[in-house]
Amino acid sequence: MNKGEKLSAAARREENWGWIMIAPTIIGLAVLNLWPFVQTLYASFCEHLGFGHYKFIGIQNYITMFGNIEFWKATWNTVFFCILTVPVGIALALFVAILLNAKIKFKGGFRTIFFLPLVCAPAAVAMVWRWIFNGEYGILNQMLGANIQWITDPKTAIIAVAIVSIWSSIGYDAVLLLAGLQNISKSYYEAADIDGASKVTQFFHITIPMISPTLFSVLIMRLMASMKVYDLIYMMADETNPALVDMQSLMYLFYRSSFVAGDRGYGSAIVVWTVFLIGAVTVIQFLGQKKWVNYDV
Amino acid sequence: MKSTASLERSRRITTIITYAVLILGAVIMIFPFVWMILTSSKTVPESMQIPPTIFPAQLILDNFKDAIASLPFGRLYINTALMVFWRVVCAIAFSSMAGYAFAKLHFRGKNLLFAIVLVQMSLPSQIFIIPQYQMVAKLGMANTIFALVFPGIVSAFGTFFLRQTYMGIPTEIGEAAFLDGCNQWQTFYKIMFPLTGTSVAALTIFTAVFAYGDLMWPLVVNSDLDMMTLSSGLSTLKGQFSTNFPVLMAGSLLAMLPMVILYLIFQRQFVEGIAGTGGK
Repeated sequence: MNKGEKLSAAARREENWGWIMIAPTIIGLAVLNLWPFVQTLYASFCEHLGFGHYKFIGIQNYITMFGNIEFWKATWNTVFFCILTVPVGIALALFVAILLNAKIKFKGGFRTIFFLPLVCAPAAVAMVWRWIFNGEYGILNQMLGANIQWITDPKTAIIAVAIVSIWSSIGYDAVLLLAGLQNISKSYYEAADIDGASKVTQFFHITIPMISPTLFSVLIMRLMASMKVYDLIYMMADETNPALVDMQSLMYLFYRSSFVAGDRGYGSAIVVWTVFLIGAVTVIQFLGQKKWVNYDV
Repeated sequence: MKSTASLERSRRITTIITYAVLILGAVIMIFPFVWMILTSSKTVPESMQIPPTIFPAQLILDNFKDAIASLPFGRLYINTALMVFWRVVCAIAFSSMAGYAFAKLHFRGKNLLFAIVLVQMSLPSQIFIIPQYQMVAKLGMANTIFALVFPGIVSAFGTFFLRQTYMGIPTEIGEAAFLDGCNQWQTFYKIMFPLTGTSVAALTIFTAVFAYGDLMWPLVVNSDLDMMTLSSGLSTLKGQFSTNFPVLMAGSLLAMLPMVILYLIFQRQFVEGIAGTGGK
């Protein structure tokens, strides 16, 4: 009896410490995230009257949004941007990771170089690429002997942004995949060599299944990042860019609607839609993973 | 015999190709930086020459002077440093406490409260931005360092990440300290926290790099040029010098330099820190 009471006193003390230690984080999350999340949901059903005052207008913002061509264009641009960046980016990153996994010298040096864009502010990176892509004097056109208006031509603008995005993320993805590759035991490949399996067969039957969990987490991360693309487009496009509508992503449209046009109700509807879309894409990936991701290694 | 020789030869060819491709890749990764540095020292007519000249005729610093004249770089460095510093300190202090409690202590409501952390982690930060901005505005704190730090005061990701770290530390270590008369706080602060150095370093680098590159929040919340960060300040240059690329390159170089220097000094910690936090 006595002992039980003592234990429960200790347990109560532990509980108090637990609450005290999580308090700053939980209060912070409630104030900074939970409540704002609810507010954004609510604001998406409201008209912004200015100075943070809102009037409930039902689903009017959503009706306006779904009837707006610019919005659908931005949705497509976001999806298209993912199609452009995710498969190519991950394939190239895997290729780099495989090369870095070979017995080579200066491995650390290469890794440092490929990783470099990650520590550079996207704003600065985008600025450099604006110059490289410049239609009149950009070095890329000079090297190609071409006359492509990369950033202002509606056909190429989003491709230009995608190239910068892939260039920026390759090193990061490669480092993650390299960690996965290094965990594969050499004995699998030795056994396959003895069986006379070609390198290509080995790649598809050993490498891919063995790193599929890493590949999956890189895929999810890259998809989420691409769905949220904003800063590169903000830096590479201007309000006067004739290709603006053809390159703006949902998050860029959200920024322009909310903070340039000041229509925060409509902006909230856009961001709610984007989050819904990201959720849907993620769920599809998690369902699809059962077909190809191999966790029992 | 012949087959081993040919095997040896094909292996050597593979090695050569591997190096060639890696070097080509490295050149593509490095080139934009080199081009930025070279352009930053050219005159405008020089930068527009066709065919282009590779090296500037002479090293001039005028572009850097112009960039500094139109952007208060001194302020931008200080603002960015303060924002990064406070975000890192808050993330480490609060996330360590919460991460330890979630991993090692028993208390009612633990699972529900941890679910809040997970939900926040999986939502894009943009969904919080409008109300966060309105809060800052209502407090009259727009255009302050506090505003820059505000959304980073707590870190759901940091909490999740450090919880993982504390779960990896044997509970017996804490219990031993507890039996020696430490209370829960002392056990955490004196015994457990010092064991998480690697993870704390990783979280520091991750938080710093992310805060440094963040663009939307500083643009929204601090519109005074004097209160901008390097990222948001740089973005105002493109309007002022839309075709003057030498000045834009000089400005970009000044904006990215501090983090690049830190990266070159702490390469291994950066790569392992960022990849180690993100890969989980």
